[in-house]
Amino acid sequence: MAERILNGSEVVLQALADQGVEVVFGYPGGAVLPLYDEIFKQNRIRHVLVRHEQAAVHAAEGYARSTGKVGVVLVTSGPGATNAVTGLTDALMDSIPVVCLTGQVPTHLIGNDAFQEADTTGITRPCTKHNYLVKDPAKLARTMHEAFHVASSGRPGPVVIDLPKDILVGKAPYLEPSQVQHRTYNPVVKGDRGQIEQALEMLASAKKPILYCGGGVINSGEQACKLLAEFTRTTGIPITLTLMGLGAYPASDKQHLGMLGMHGTYEANMAMHDCDVMFAVGARFDDRVTGNLDFFAPGSQKVQIDIDPSSINKNVPVDIGIVGDIGHVLEDMIKIWKAKQYKLDAAALDGWWKEIEGWREKHCLSYKQPKDVIKPQHVIRRVHALTRDRKTYITTDVGQHQMWAAQHFGFEHPYEWMTSGGLGTMGYGMPAALGVQVAHPDATVVCFTGDASIMMNIQECATMTQYRLPIKTVILNNRYMGMVRQWQQLLHGSRYSESYSETLPDFVKLSEAFGFTGMKCENPADLDDAIAKMLEIDGPVILDVAVDDKENCYPMIPSGKPHNEMLLGQETNGNEAIDSDEGMVLV
Amino acid sequence: MKETEISKHTISVLVDNEAGVLARVIGLFSGRGYNIESLTVAEVDAHTHESRITVVTSGTPMVIEQIKAQLSRLVPVHKVNDLTLSGPSVERELALIKVIATGEKRVESLRIADIFKARAVDATNSSFVYEIIGSPEKIDAFIKLMEPLGLSEISRTGVAAISRGTLTM
Repeated sequence: MAERILNGSEVVLQALADQGVEVVFGYPGGAVLPLYDEIFKQNRIRHVLVRHEQAAVHAAEGYARSTGKVGVVLVTSGPGATNAVTGLTDALMDSIPVVCLTGQVPTHLIGNDAFQEADTTGITRPCTKHNYLVKDPAKLARTMHEAFHVASSGRPGPVVIDLPKDILVGKAPYLEPSQVQHRTYNPVVKGDRGQIEQALEMLASAKKPILYCGGGVINSGEQACKLLAEFTRTTGIPITLTLMGLGAYPASDKQHLGMLGMHGTYEANMAMHDCDVMFAVGARFDDRVTGNLDFFAPGSQKVQIDIDPSSINKNVPVDIGIVGDIGHVLEDMIKIWKAKQYKLDAAALDGWWKEIEGWREKHCLSYKQPKDVIKPQHVIRRVHALTRDRKTYITTDVGQHQMWAAQHFGFEHPYEWMTSGGLGTMGYGMPAALGVQVAHPDATVVCFTGDASIMMNIQECATMTQYRLPIKTVILNNRYMGMVRQWQQLLHGSRYSESYSETLPDFVKLSEAFGFTGMKCENPADLDDAIAKMLEIDGPVILDVAVDDKENCYPMIPSGKPHNEMLLGQETNGNEAIDSDEGMVLV
Repeated sequence: MKETEISKHTISVLVDNEAGVLARVIGLFSGRGYNIESLTVAEVDAHTHESRITVVTSGTPMVIEQIKAQLSRLVPVHKVNDLTLSGPSVERELALIKVIATGEKRVESLRIADIFKARAVDATNSSFVYEIIGSPEKIDAFIKLMEPLGLSEISRTGVAAISRGTLTM
């Protein structure tokens, strides 16, 4: 086949089109002008102009997480690239497939401290799955295709391609995706059959088994989630999900114990603590999940299934570590379970469920909604109730509101929950919602945020207006950085150092200034009407809900404590304190 | 071996010889808080542009396993081999050692060099540069003996290692 010679920018656009890219989130600048010129000349790929490069990456994450596709970002050199670093780190921590194209000064100027030069590959090396600096036009097309493969296969993650301006302008040959294959990068997807059999044998002999499932199930795809449901129902064992795993299994199902971890349910954490066989599926034993490792599930045998071998035995040693794609492994597990006619000890399982029902009796997520002040949990529950008949996607920022959303909004399907789990990036919510709404123009997209988080990427209101993205932003406004305030109350003698939001803007006027509707709600009796009105409005809305500023997020496993030493919250009355020096040191 | 016991491992890593690959490996060690006791790198195949990195590190069995898994995860890494676990291996290091001395000390350094089969690769009336090849322990021993005899400068290559017998990476 004769080589097609194009200019560098054409190669980039052609590669994006051949990779099935429909939309790019970006912000122009000097080094990427040739690319923007090329974008101007075509209409296959849509460009969404954000107002800050960090938001471009979060939008791409929202797009990726809600579709299962790769999110694409385009930013300029220097500050464009450095602004993207937070988003890239976020995508790395949460295993979100993103390809980020960064402009770079021309190759002959690299290293000369040129205008808007930054060592982008150097800076992004630790916060990407892989990165490239293209110095040879002959490698441009190959690099583009390889980047998409690396970002989306194995454990997904962000990939940066740094593109010097002369490469974008000069001539370069084009290769089709099918002409490119990586020499060595080839993740294992099929699990080892012998290990799977061993693991199932272990499960069959269990008396108190539990499935602990994370974001890896969702990354593996919708089919993997279906298989997870089939396996869970076939075996009849309890299942708990991590923050990143919410939606992988329907929240309303009776076998689901809710989220586990620091703000997980009492029943999920107690079941984790007391289980005798644990299957960790696409989950990485994060410190927010395990609590104190010395007391983590002390009497259990553990099986871990993960596509990333480095996730296995990282924090918690396991008895059997199966490397493979969750979907493939679950498929084999179901086949073998049925073929070998494995059965759990019915009496033991029954006893285990009785124990779990006992923990459920605590109703650890319950709260009382008084007449005079709106409880933040109540807002989440009402939005959930009033959006049930719609296809709804939820994004959050980071803090108390995020945990309340995770606890109280029942997620039934994968891809509907977008949150910054690993990095905990305030400012994630609204830009992520942009990406989700761009991907699903007819769906309802709600961003739950706090009065502090929303300010971290408030400029994206302009993007919402420009593209008429009808995102519904619900601020749980307690005038505090609520989670900071909660920790200060519990661990630092209620010394609320710098956590009060002294000068918040009037969010109604602010919305109007950006060209969309702003609403305020302070009275519990008005809440449902406000939510209903917000949902009816055909356009972006910010709904500023004044909530109880004393409310803490419970249940809570304080840092450094084991699962069975949860604080439940109901028995506290606002002046609780945790006596723990260890907790003060831990994050 | 006990879970908490720290042991030394020599790990061979075959990588694509591309820009930044060494920074990736070193960044991984510093970013995740692993030790590097020695690290050597050079291209070993000019046709396929493969380099071999030999890194000597230490840690608990869990940490060593993590190091290998994290190395394997890097996109330009082809193979990772733990020479300490995979059977007997040969480890060699080269050092250039400058000794500045006159009189009896100078002669004594030459005698010890002879015992260690170190070669004098440069000489003036008041100095020698010795070249010594051997295990890191042998070089350590030689350096210790040179200390009172006018040792003034050391340059070491770090360890290069390969498995014994017919076993290959």
